[in-house]
Amino acid sequence: MTDDRGGVPDPLGFPDPGPPRFGSVAEVRGALAQAGYLADESMAGVVHLADRLGKPVLVEGPAGTGKTELAKSVARVTGSRLIRLQCYEGLDESKALYEWNYKKQLLRIQAQRVVGPDDGPDDGGPTWRELEEDIFSEEFLLTRPLLEAIRVDEPVVLLVDEVDRLELETEALLLEVLSEFQVSIPELGTVRAKRIPLVFLTSNNTRELSEALKRRCLYLHLDYPSLDRERQIVLTRVPGISEELADQVARIVRSLRTLELKKYPSVSETLDWARTLVVLGIESIDAEQARDTLHVLLKYRTDLDRAAKELALVGDDPA
Amino acid sequence: MLDVLTGFVDELRAAGLPVSLTESIDAAEALGHVEFEDREALKGALAATLVKSAAHWKAFDTAFEVYFSMRGPQYDIDAPGDGDSEGTDAESAAPGQGGGRGAGGGGGETLTAEELAEMLYKALLAANEAQIAALARQAVSRYAGMEPGRPVGGTYYLYRTLRNLDLDALAERLLDSARAATPEGTFTALEERLARDEFGARLDRLRKEIEDEIRRRLVADRGTEALARSLRKPLPEDIDFMHATRDELTALRRAIHPLTRKLAVRLARKRRHGRKGPLDFRATMRRSLSTGGVPVEPKFRYPRPAKPEIMVIADISGSVAAFARFTLHLVYAISSQFSKVRSFVFIDGVDEVTRFFEGTDDVAEAVHRINTEADVIWVDGHSDYGHALGVFWERWGEQITPRTSVLLLGDARNNYHATQSWVVQEIAHRARHVYWLNPEPHAYWGTGDSVVDEYAVYCDDVFECRNLRQLERFVAELA
Repeated sequence: MTDDRGGVPDPLGFPDPGPPRFGSVAEVRGALAQAGYLADESMAGVVHLADRLGKPVLVEGPAGTGKTELAKSVARVTGSRLIRLQCYEGLDESKALYEWNYKKQLLRIQAQRVVGPDDGPDDGGPTWRELEEDIFSEEFLLTRPLLEAIRVDEPVVLLVDEVDRLELETEALLLEVLSEFQVSIPELGTVRAKRIPLVFLTSNNTRELSEALKRRCLYLHLDYPSLDRERQIVLTRVPGISEELADQVARIVRSLRTLELKKYPSVSETLDWARTLVVLGIESIDAEQARDTLHVLLKYRTDLDRAAKELALVGDDPA
Repeated sequence: MLDVLTGFVDELRAAGLPVSLTESIDAAEALGHVEFEDREALKGALAATLVKSAAHWKAFDTAFEVYFSMRGPQYDIDAPGDGDSEGTDAESAAPGQGGGRGAGGGGGETLTAEELAEMLYKALLAANEAQIAALARQAVSRYAGMEPGRPVGGTYYLYRTLRNLDLDALAERLLDSARAATPEGTFTALEERLARDEFGARLDRLRKEIEDEIRRRLVADRGTEALARSLRKPLPEDIDFMHATRDELTALRRAIHPLTRKLAVRLARKRRHGRKGPLDFRATMRRSLSTGGVPVEPKFRYPRPAKPEIMVIADISGSVAAFARFTLHLVYAISSQFSKVRSFVFIDGVDEVTRFFEGTDDVAEAVHRINTEADVIWVDGHSDYGHALGVFWERWGEQITPRTSVLLLGDARNNYHATQSWVVQEIAHRARHVYWLNPEPHAYWGTGDSVVDEYAVYCDDVFECRNLRQLERFVAELA
């Protein structure tokens, strides 16, 4: 393996991950906590492994559990630039990898006007071959997020958001980038990453991702946090909240998640609720206040009714 | 270590997880970056490289607990290592059965039953996890009565232990004392509920500790592979509808929700991006204006395929009720993909149940109402396909149109009544398609009182639909 091309895969197929970004799992955790992101043991472990193995991380889980935030925080912590590819239906090569700026190419050709025959001498204009080389140079290349992430010199965290929104066929587009960290452009050759970026893919699990994609990734399932972690998250992210209120918030949310609801309150909704309570100047939640602000947490009429009934927020008084 | 890893990967594959060669190589590579003493880190590394779906987590967890049960530090080293309480002192005295090391064994004699219960109560009240774990070990050695070589399942020991601990009473006691600790000495309804959930979570934790302990001892007794085999459970999508236990049915119900969502998204997508249509000349010309009249990007007209109309006719007698329930659930969850869905259920009488699904978006609720309110019994409440189909044809046969697809659900076990298979023939004449879904294994078709073959000749196709995987595949094809 030569040094000048850091990320070249060695014969066994393991890409060289380069110098470690983190010393240990504990260090990952500490750094993330400082950036205001409370990771649990398994999350920090996966981030550490991703760094050491040079593999992308596929983060899956219900909406609003901090999947995207994890990638952002890692970027912040490592001082990397965050390059984000938001996936949607109909995303294609020209939006994800690269595109030739054909309007500019057309202009270039039209501006030249006089183009000589392929090999013969001409009256001052460029030959066809020269022109072809000219219009397929980097000047006319529009880099899109995936190519950008492996082309730049600075450290990069690549976030491929909501990858499950891609069609199955388009998914294949990611494979070369994710396993070899290179992009082949027919006219220019192969562009290799100088340093393997940390890659995060997030998925809301609206469809099963292909085996090929999963195989190339480390897998992290982000579920709703435990009571303790949620309380800590509320305490860190909501300024001016008291320990007691944070505890109450976390406990009520946990109880809500045990009910059969259409949509469970996510962490971000928990935070919104906690902020609402702080703004309203509530120190300790009673049934009435909970009922009046519950719509921040739950977004379906049936869910609201069921929650109010189950948590005894309506009607009957304490025994 | 490599031996353990390959054995473990084999076990995962045997449990139905798709573990590829590259993934096991990744796992081996990952092990080079974690400390073996840190059991959680080890588990995390293996999970990240080997398990790529949240639904497979449970199978992985079970296999991991079996394969790496005795290998964590707190079970290898004698108990003072994790002892911070009086509870652990007792057990460090005697070596347990756990491979001859102090895995928390026979020291239970030193505590009376009352003392044990009291300490457990205190530990739960203070949420002291280390102590709860230690006491769980004590409880197992005291109550489970485990003997080497006894051919009993782990659930039997679990049941014995839990019965002696009487967790319900414990929960009440914890609630009482928490209530007494408040200034007013009583709870509001909300506080009551929160406290109940809190103690419920702690008791779940205790239950899990006890399960883990029993499993550790079983591994020591029977060996890793044998136990892993006996603990192997089918993944939710492979559970057989007709023989599902109550727990498995719960797992199925939980699995069907994300499944329907995925199916709906996939079908909506399929409809939108189905086929390429003919060139849309006008749109192409309009677009070419931005490139100076050169038609660089042609535009196509996408066809909008007609949505099929569905009639589901389901047998809901005892043997196949679960199957009918899941199929109705799935069909209604994606009803936006069909122009119309009508459903009929029968045992020996037949009734239309479309009304239960109208005006509610809670499919589970509607299915429940079908079971209690539909009028499906004619004589004796044993399946009579012939009579049910006959009545169906008489009352609703006219309404089948060439755009209708008819789904017949059932095992066609007709209790030796007349089959009236001409009805299916007539339906097939009128309808676009007729499909029969049979929850029985193919090998059983046509045996005993099963008359599926008589109907099959008139159907477009007959499918074996024993689990969610097969059902999902069929429904996706249908739309």
